[in-house]
Amino acid sequence: MHRRSLLAGATVALALAAAPAGAQQRTEIQFWYGLGGALGERVQEQVRRFNESQNQYTVNAQFRGGYVEVMTGAIAAWRAGNPPHIAQVFEVGTATMMAAGPAIKPVWQLSQETGIAIDPSRYLAGVRGYYSDTQGRLVSMPHNSSSALMWVNLDAFGKAGITEMPRTWREVRAAAEKLKAANATPCVMTTTWPTWVMFEQQSAIHDVALAKPANGFEGMNVEMNLGDPFFLKHVQFLLDLQKDGLFRYAGRDNAAGNLFPSGECAIGFGSSAGRAQIERDAKFRWASLPLPYHDDWPGLNGPSARDTLIAALDPAALTPEQALDALKAIKSASTAPGPRNGVIGGASLWTLTARNRTPQEYAAVAAFYAFISRPEEDAWWHQVTGYVPLTSAAYEMSRAQGYYQRNPGADAAIIQLNRAAPTPNSQGFRLGGMVEIRNIIQEELEKALQGQQTAQAALEAANRRANVVLRNFERANRS
Amino acid sequence: MQRRVIFPDKGLPYLLLAPQLAITLVFFFLPAGQAIWFSFLRQDAFGIRTEFVWFENFAELFADPLYLDSIRVTVVFSAGVTLLAMSVALGLAVLADRQIRGATAYKTLLIWPYAIAPAIAAILWIFIFHPQIGLAGRFLNGIGVAWDYKLNGAQALLVVVLASAWKQVSYNFLFFLAGLQSIPRSVLEAAAIDGASESRRFWTIVFPLLSPTTFFLLVINITYAFFDTFGVIDALTKGGPAKATTTLIYRAYIDGRVNLDLGSSSAQSVVLMVAVIALTALQFRYIERKVHY
Repeated sequence: MHRRSLLAGATVALALAAAPAGAQQRTEIQFWYGLGGALGERVQEQVRRFNESQNQYTVNAQFRGGYVEVMTGAIAAWRAGNPPHIAQVFEVGTATMMAAGPAIKPVWQLSQETGIAIDPSRYLAGVRGYYSDTQGRLVSMPHNSSSALMWVNLDAFGKAGITEMPRTWREVRAAAEKLKAANATPCVMTTTWPTWVMFEQQSAIHDVALAKPANGFEGMNVEMNLGDPFFLKHVQFLLDLQKDGLFRYAGRDNAAGNLFPSGECAIGFGSSAGRAQIERDAKFRWASLPLPYHDDWPGLNGPSARDTLIAALDPAALTPEQALDALKAIKSASTAPGPRNGVIGGASLWTLTARNRTPQEYAAVAAFYAFISRPEEDAWWHQVTGYVPLTSAAYEMSRAQGYYQRNPGADAAIIQLNRAAPTPNSQGFRLGGMVEIRNIIQEELEKALQGQQTAQAALEAANRRANVVLRNFERANRS
Repeated sequence: MQRRVIFPDKGLPYLLLAPQLAITLVFFFLPAGQAIWFSFLRQDAFGIRTEFVWFENFAELFADPLYLDSIRVTVVFSAGVTLLAMSVALGLAVLADRQIRGATAYKTLLIWPYAIAPAIAAILWIFIFHPQIGLAGRFLNGIGVAWDYKLNGAQALLVVVLASAWKQVSYNFLFFLAGLQSIPRSVLEAAAIDGASESRRFWTIVFPLLSPTTFFLLVINITYAFFDTFGVIDALTKGGPAKATTTLIYRAYIDGRVNLDLGSSSAQSVVLMVAVIALTALQFRYIERKVHY
């Protein structure tokens, strides 16, 4: 009895001690993210700056494993009634999240309810389009967006006597043959994220649909388009490269990630966000180039090489000699139609609902979104991580700071994303079960690379299996 | 005459059992029951829309040639892991059972791998077998063997079998060693005096007397290969190349956790549950008869 009253007294004392703090109580929100290592440290750094920048809100950022763990963890938490306020979800999870109706609060609605302005027109078109609904309203918050690039080992190129940087697949093949003949590196060429680079990005820059209609942007009644002659042409091209010892398949997702920086392969395809690692690990001179394209593909309708050079030109940043060189390059550049814009990869932030959420908590989320969209914050994020800037203002700012002059090629991904107005085939992908579809394509591609099936058979099997996934998703999400 | 502890009333024994029963109920029966319930449903990832579909999830599974193929992979994989882990462990236990110098250190080192988490074990194996950065991988390619488990299905299966079996050797070793040490020396000595060779002594005396241990380990190893190996597979091959290393448990994990299809994943779990119950029952029914206690 005596003990109990003591305990009660202690509780009251504690509550009293906490009371003064309560007067200026900060609203705390949970943010789950899936970036490990150096990138994760940058996330924490930015969150700390947000918390110190004001005294109303505290964001508690937690690393919850990889992208898959964050997404499944957040969904399980929502089902249990206790989700984080913000979850970082990779781009292939976009369709699943968009279909989640009551579980999410779209950014436009959040902005309306809290009165904190989040203006979609400030974001780069390629970034905005991927995360907007059919009415063009922003649904999730752009956070870390990358694009695929071709990384080349300049030392190996020098050894093989290659002076011109390859722009087309034909030129890439020619360079690869020289590299092999000169035995410049143990492996000539490899790719990370095989589906993302060789199917998603390639179909976008050649203006070919991965799925019809409109890559799933118009609704769930979408069908895969892997029967398109373009995919047959490109897969056959890869198989031929492999047969001639010019291409090495080194595993799914990011499994091949170390082969370029370690100097093992002279040409690597991968995310622009790999820049930090390459800068740290590569013991050779290197360059980042836009993805190559098939110049004999009749459907090419993007800006010509000359247009792209002109668009990338920033006269204010050039010395007179550089300007002269640029003019010469423009004059000799091809005017034939070139590739379209590439698409983004990476992740965005989703606001999750819960029964007991208060308006202050939503306000905290919106304030955090507004904070990371500030030009100085966005430019910092872009420069320290290698992700593309989310807003045009941050791009202009980085340009004005001379960042791209100090780091040539750091804008290759941005140019690739912005060089043409997106078409329905190059605005992005919104396919239910896309994680599974990516794996299906990888599996069938592996079987073709093993010599177990032809390119045609691989594409037919992938098309059939992926359509089953799409139909299942449509059925499970029909209200 | 057996000694019996008699409790005055029934309350205390139940009370003492309660914590264990509660754990079993909450962590085993409840999730298992939920899996059975979910296997009859079709849901979106968030569980917002739910449809009761009877046995459709099961029907789809058994109509899927890739699922049937993963059954074949599982049989090969489990047989490989069990045979390898048990035979190596038995061999090591027989060696460790002799009078050797530094036996304790030797035993400790052999038991060590059991304490290593599957993901970390897999990383170690990557450093050995990776075709470009692995020690053995580079060596094999250097002497002209086309070693590339990223693209060669048979090699990939071999690597995951090795990695999974390696982890289990320690556990088996421990039990085999205990089993060997409980075999009466007098029997072995009598056989030796009768002139039985070492291998003959092993196969006619040691091996039959070890059979309870072997039988126990057989059940444990098959269960391990069925359920506890997806960490190694995920870190090493992700079920690939193509579907060469996709076992039943790995597919259930991928469909549930990654593809967010809880209905199909639950149906697969139920199939696995039934398979392991049947397998264990079969083992107890037929193999146990031949086991000497």
